[in-house]
Amino acid sequence: MDRDALLDVLRQAAPGAALEAAPSVDLQTTVYVDRDHLPAVASALRDRPELRFALLAEVTAADFHPREPRFEVIYLLVSIEHRMRVRLKVRLQGEDARVATVSNLWPAAGWLEREVWDLFGIVFDGHPDLRRLLMPEDWEGFPLRKDYPVQIRQDVQSTEPLQVTEQEFRANLQRDRMARK
Amino acid sequence: MAEIKTEVMTVNMGPQHPSTHGVLRLVLELDGETILSAAPTIGYLHTGIEKTAEQKKWQQVIPLVERMDYLSAQSNSMAFCMSAETLLGIEVPERVRNIRVLIAELQRINSHLVWLGTHGMEVGAVSVMLYCFRERELLLNINELLAGFRMFPSYMRIGGLREDLPRGFHEAVGAFLDRFGPKLDEYEALLTENEIYRERTRGVGRISREDALAFGLVGPIARAAGVNYDVRKAFPYLGYDTYEFDVPTREAGDAYSRYQVRVAEMRESLKLCRQALERIPPRGAWAIDDPRITPPPKDRVYTEMEALIQHFLVYSQGFTVPAGEAYVPVEGPRGEHGFSIVSDGTNRPWRVKARAPSLLACQALERMIVGGLIADVIAVIGSIDVVMGDVDR
Repeated sequence: MDRDALLDVLRQAAPGAALEAAPSVDLQTTVYVDRDHLPAVASALRDRPELRFALLAEVTAADFHPREPRFEVIYLLVSIEHRMRVRLKVRLQGEDARVATVSNLWPAAGWLEREVWDLFGIVFDGHPDLRRLLMPEDWEGFPLRKDYPVQIRQDVQSTEPLQVTEQEFRANLQRDRMARK
Repeated sequence: MAEIKTEVMTVNMGPQHPSTHGVLRLVLELDGETILSAAPTIGYLHTGIEKTAEQKKWQQVIPLVERMDYLSAQSNSMAFCMSAETLLGIEVPERVRNIRVLIAELQRINSHLVWLGTHGMEVGAVSVMLYCFRERELLLNINELLAGFRMFPSYMRIGGLREDLPRGFHEAVGAFLDRFGPKLDEYEALLTENEIYRERTRGVGRISREDALAFGLVGPIARAAGVNYDVRKAFPYLGYDTYEFDVPTREAGDAYSRYQVRVAEMRESLKLCRQALERIPPRGAWAIDDPRITPPPKDRVYTEMEALIQHFLVYSQGFTVPAGEAYVPVEGPRGEHGFSIVSDGTNRPWRVKARAPSLLACQALERMIVGGLIADVIAVIGSIDVVMGDVDR
């Protein structure tokens, strides 16, 4: 299926979506979609019998700071059945970097979206568990943003050793002994 | 008799645990020996390779991406080079393509050997580990011969290879291939029909075909669950469509079928290596003939002014890559991986994103172990063959 046929199917499946094909040099057909129609287009890509993009290979993002719209969220999809690959992209403004999750369609997106949130600070609305994945939980800032310095030192609470006073230590010992009796 | 009090226990497995293949932490909730819930926690090895790569010139990224996944180093750098070559719009010579196939398949055997050895050891078959590492040593020797470096040879370059094959390369690889076939039978003799091993792995860590697809699993894990997807067949690259090989699949989706798939894959890789080795003439082109990308040979640098200038330019400024985006999928030892790169038209990448099959395997780990026994966790972690460097990057 070529690019125009794919766009026709998607336009039919998600009326009103601002779909825009972009030139691409690799195997992936590149399609931009507007943020509001991402869920409709994504579920069409997964479920339409002529598409069947059952495998979500990747969710990632790129920061084009200081250009606006600043972020692009990139989804790489594979249709094993029809041997097709698609790169679905969503442009996001820096001020309002949020997009609907696709983890309800592809559970694989769970950690992939968490990683994008962790490193770019893009919010995935409706994600069941949007916590940091790679960085410590109390880290400040989003390291892969272009306005984040390459070298920075931050003291992270969660890696500091736990300090116990002598009284607490003795109380713990006592409790331990009682429990064993 | 007094009532026995029971309670649900929370156990931290890892991050420092010999069977977690690096630093993977599992927070397990146990009812006796049964696992009620599992929460994998990752990030302990995060080194910010993707951020660092944005600061490097294109060729300088290669050693970085090799260190992400120490078991598929050459496969990683090859995938990165192929993505960059796609953006540059260049085609490497036929001989380089065949050498890359050979190196990628040797890397797959290497990775599967380490996997088989460590996995075997973890479920109690220590001798398998000794045998596997014996053959892996030969592969590391080949790497050393090739590039002077055993684990991370950095032999791939955008536009081809770093230099020509060393003298004696064909003989060394040929000798390994002759030796390896019978050794593979020996490993199988140790495990395939081994009742203890089968008891430990059959029906353990099962994942269905639908779940495998939904969780984005690829490679041997997915093929063991009946997903017939291999990038080499589905989206051929490097001329894999001209090679003769099969893609082994199984239906059960458990740890034992993953073992079967990987062993069968090593046999297929052996076939591919033989075919590739035959196609590689001992001498010939090892990189594209493009003065912007490939540095001139040393004898010309020492004798010609132009070559010296060109050498200086290539190493000090690098080359620019046209603006755009590329992702070339490659079938690595752990399944489809590749680098989604964005260029802004300068001599440094704007964004480098590695697709990490291990990350998705870790995510699906919960599906495979909940409801099972705690003793099986080790067999399952072993069977999904995660490399934590690849998970955390």
